[in-house]
Parts: sequence; structure tokens; C-alpha cells
Amino acid sequence: MSGAPASPPTSPAANGTANGAANGALRRRRLPRQLVIGGTIVGAIVLLAILAPWIAPYSYDAFDIPNRLKGPSAANWLGTDEFGRDVLSRVMVGAGLSLSMGFGATAISLAFGVPLGLMAAYFRGLAEEAIMRTIDVLISVPPIMLGLLVLAVSDPSLWKTMLAVGIIYVPIMTRLSRSVALGLMEEEFIQAARARGAGARWILFHELLPNAWPPIIVESSLRVTFAILLASALSFLGLGPQPPSSDWGLMIAEARQFLDDAPWIAMGPGIALCVLLIGINLVGDGLREVLDPRLKKRGAA
Amino acid sequence: MIGYLIQRLLTVAGILVVMSLLVFGITQVMPGSVAHMILGEFATNDQIAALEQTLGLNDPWHVQYWRWASGFLVGDFGQSLTMQRPIAPLILDALGRSAALAGLSFGFVAVIGLWLGILGAVKAGRFTDHALAIGQYFFIAVPEFFWCIVLIMLFATTLGWLPATGYAPMSDGFWRWLSHMVLPVGTLVTGLIAHVSRLTRSAMLEVLQSTYVSAARAKGLPERTVLWRHALPNALLPAITVLAVDVGILFGGIVVVEVVFAYPGLGRMIVYAIENKDLPLMQAGVLIVTAIYTMANLVADLLYAWANPRIRYGRSVA
Repeated sequence: MSGAPASPPTSPAANGTANGAANGALRRRRLPRQLVIGGTIVGAIVLLAILAPWIAPYSYDAFDIPNRLKGPSAANWLGTDEFGRDVLSRVMVGAGLSLSMGFGATAISLAFGVPLGLMAAYFRGLAEEAIMRTIDVLISVPPIMLGLLVLAVSDPSLWKTMLAVGIIYVPIMTRLSRSVALGLMEEEFIQAARARGAGARWILFHELLPNAWPPIIVESSLRVTFAILLASALSFLGLGPQPPSSDWGLMIAEARQFLDDAPWIAMGPGIALCVLLIGINLVGDGLREVLDPRLKKRGAA
Repeated sequence: MIGYLIQRLLTVAGILVVMSLLVFGITQVMPGSVAHMILGEFATNDQIAALEQTLGLNDPWHVQYWRWASGFLVGDFGQSLTMQRPIAPLILDALGRSAALAGLSFGFVAVIGLWLGILGAVKAGRFTDHALAIGQYFFIAVPEFFWCIVLIMLFATTLGWLPATGYAPMSDGFWRWLSHMVLPVGTLVTGLIAHVSRLTRSAMLEVLQSTYVSAARAKGLPERTVLWRHALPNALLPAITVLAVDVGILFGGIVVVEVVFAYPGLGRMIVYAIENKDLPLMQAGVLIVTAIYTMANLVADLLYAWANPRIRYGRSVA
């Protein structure tokens, strides 16, 4: 998890000399089962989200008052909500919102966290102190409080939720990429680059970054899950996309009033959210199996 | 160890100062003035100016900050804008109720999570392990706000065993209080138990494969001793870190759970404050929660240092 220190990074040099080459070829032949299953689930949801405007049976915000609060039927597979809107269509359109908030927030945390972490590791001294102490403060705020604070300042919207969640996870990315880069800084290929007089920018982005990726990718896949969970929780609290948007968190919040008469309104988005999160978790575990050098050595333990 | 403790306490103090500045800064950037919020839409400019004068809103920001922060230090959190009452007692009451929720949940998570994790490691590869793994996968992925709705539909609406929402103080009788606690606590613990047990399992597996465990077994020690005396203490180290991370997740969960179950705790109060733009209440609430969270992290760090000889000796020498 995030608290665990980064795995000892393998340098290309160390990998190449020993059994790295043969091992790598073997590894690539068969993908872990989790990765295949998870990838299929996530891929299917992404596809649904992209195609939603064309294949959704109804518009996500089309009222049909005579047919309100109807249970699942041939016409409305997942039933209709309090305005007669088709729950299935809304869930399909909402998938795009959840996905973009999760992946968008993770991208934001990567975009800020990774450069900061690499710079802290490379420059050391005052720059490192300044970056890491700021991170210490940011990380001491409970994630949800930071989200509530950011969103309290202005009117909520999808973009702000994404940004808030992204900022919340910057510290974790910074810490991780710093510890990975610190390990790499000791490696010969960095010292070689320094000896040939390579500039800071070159070393940061052409030497450190390409070699720091594996643990960062594994962590990012975990972050996507947490980002989706946090973003949809904020949106559930009314601090995300606003009605008539069909974000899953918001849909579940709105469905609470009708739990007794029309439980299906909450079930559609809720189950979709669970399936998506399980899929992403599977992908994360699969990625870790492929990329984490520690797990490789231990085998199928 | 003492040096380490002092260093950590200073860090905590620094963090709280910065956080208070940040929280205070929110008031400064927030659109619309406090006076405007108190007086409502139809206030004249003169009225607003007069109130701003009395509230000291025209003072420079550092004067205002100092007034606010020094009040905080002596337990005066100011007045709530919407409830027209001092904030300190409001927050204290809510905090007590949230603490009951959090404490109960955390206890369950620590005990059941660790136990299931050890069970999974001992039975690795067998049916129990697989069943646990599937359960973990599922429960980690269910968001609290959906899970509590499922639980309400099942235990309150369909079966009618438990009240759907609300809170009963202990003075109404223990069983009434307990019946209102079951669903909120049940919602909070499932995901975290899955999380903790999964990580404990992998930590435990790693330790069980180490040479010193083999040595202990080779010595002929009973399996029980090997497990509890040799393996567990070392597997606990990563578990402590995970539990600390989970405190953060627990805080987030508590906010959601309190809102859904209409549980009168601090999380719900903060959401209320944000919805109603009750700034002083929001500031106080967020700062208190941050302080508690920082303390919880401090305790986790100290536990970690205490349990890990490498830190225990390394730092005290330095």
C-alpha cells in the first residue's frame, strides 16, 4: 500500500547483466489472470462510457413522468427514477464521469507529484527540505477534509472535484517517486550521466523518469481506485457534479429518498461502481505482479 | 527515543500552525463577506459596513488571524453563524459521538482484520484463504455510501431488525444506543477489515518464509509459539503503517456514514457547516479533525518506532 516503502528499483544495468533478459522474455509470455479479467471489466466499462451517447436507449436527462419509479422491465432494463428517467441510460453516461474523475485526478497527482519527487531526490538540500516539509503538511490533513475545504470555497462541479482529489494524492506520489529516485541516484548509470556532464533536466527526464516508472504505475493503479471512491463520496455529499448530471455518487444520493419504493434506482449505479472498482483493483494487482521485482523473485507465494 | 519524540511533537505543532493558516485563509478567499452572510440578502451597505466594523473584519488579516487563533488556544472557537451559539460545546458533543463510532469501528478493524489476516496466511492456498481473498476483493471495492444503503435496505426496511437512521444517547438505555450503532459501525468496518486483513496476510506470509521462522520450527518449537511469538511481532510492523493509513479512510467513511445515518457527529456537522456557509463552524471543525488525525499519525509513528528496533536505536543515537 501507499505506506509501504517503494520496492528496491532494478536498474537496467543490474537487470541486464544477470538473468534479467531471459527472465523478462519469460515474464512477457503470459499475463497474470487478474490483469486479463480486470482489464476486460475496465475495458468494457470504458467502451460503454465512450459509446453511451449512441447506444444508450434513452437520453440520460429525458423526463417521462407517467413512467416514474417503474421497476426493471423490457423497456427500462434497470427501471426508471423519480422523473421517469431511464436508470440504465443514466448509469451508462455516468460511467464516463466516474472514469474521468478517477483517471483525471490520478493524472493530476502524477503531473505534480512525480516531478516534485524526482526534483527532491535530485537536488537534495534546501529544495528537498522545502518540498518534503510542504508534503508533510498536506499529508497530515485527512483526505476528505482537504476535499471538503477545496470544494467549500466555490460552487462544486466535476472539474473541481477532480482537481481536489488530484491535489489530495499529490503528496503520496511525491513521496513515492522521491524514494524510488533516491535509490536510482546511487546507480552507476546516473553517475555515468553526471560524469559525462549531462544537465539536470536531462538526468531528471531521460535517466531518472524512465527507470522510476514501474513502482509509480503500480501505485497509480491503486490511486485510481481511491480517487474514484473519494470523488464519488464527495459527489454523494453534494460536492461533485450537480443535477441533472448522472454521476454515480450523485445518483445514489438522490435515490436515498426512494429506497422503500424503488430500490433499483440506487442498485444500478451502486453495483456498476462496485464492478468498476473490482476491475481496477484486479488490474492493479496484475500490474504489480508483472512490474514489482520483489514479487517476481518470491514467485507464486 | 526522547529526542525522536520531541522532534515529532515539534513537527505536529508546525503542521497545526500551517493548517490553521490554511483554514483561516479560506475565509479570506471565500466569495461574499461574513457580515453579508449574517445579515442576509436584503441588508443595506451601511448595515454591512457597521457589522464589519464590530466584527473587526476591516482589520489587517494577521490581526484577524491572531484573534481567531488565540481564541482557539483557550478553547473559544467563536460563534456559529447559523445556530447563534458558541461553537466549542457544539463541537465537543459531536466529537464525543464521533469518537464512539470511530473507536468502536477501529477496535473491530484491528482485532478482526489482524485475525483474518493471520488466518489467511496460515491457511495459504487452501479453501479458507481463497474464500477470504474473494471476500476481501469484494468488500474493498464497495463504497461506504452504497454499502450503508444496502445495509439499511436489508436490516431496516426488509427485516425491520434495526432502526434505519438516527441516534439514541446511552441514557436512553444501552440496547437502544447499541441498536443505533450497529449499522453505522457495520458499514465502516467491512471495507477496512478487508484492507487490513489482506495486508496482514501478505506481511505474515513474508515473515513465515524467513529463515528465522524456519530456525524456530527446526528447533522444535510448537507451531503456536512460532506463529505468535516469532512471526506475528514482525508482521505487525507493516500492519501498523496500514492501520495508520486506514485512520484517514475511516475519517472519510465517518463523514459519509454520519450523513447517511443522520448520526449527530462531527463529520455531519462539518458537512452542514459547508452547506450552510457557516464559516466559523467549518473552520473549527476542520481544524479539530486535522489535529486529531495528526495525533493519530503521531501515535502510529511512535508505535512503529517502538516496535522497530532499527528506528528505536538508530534515531536515539543520531
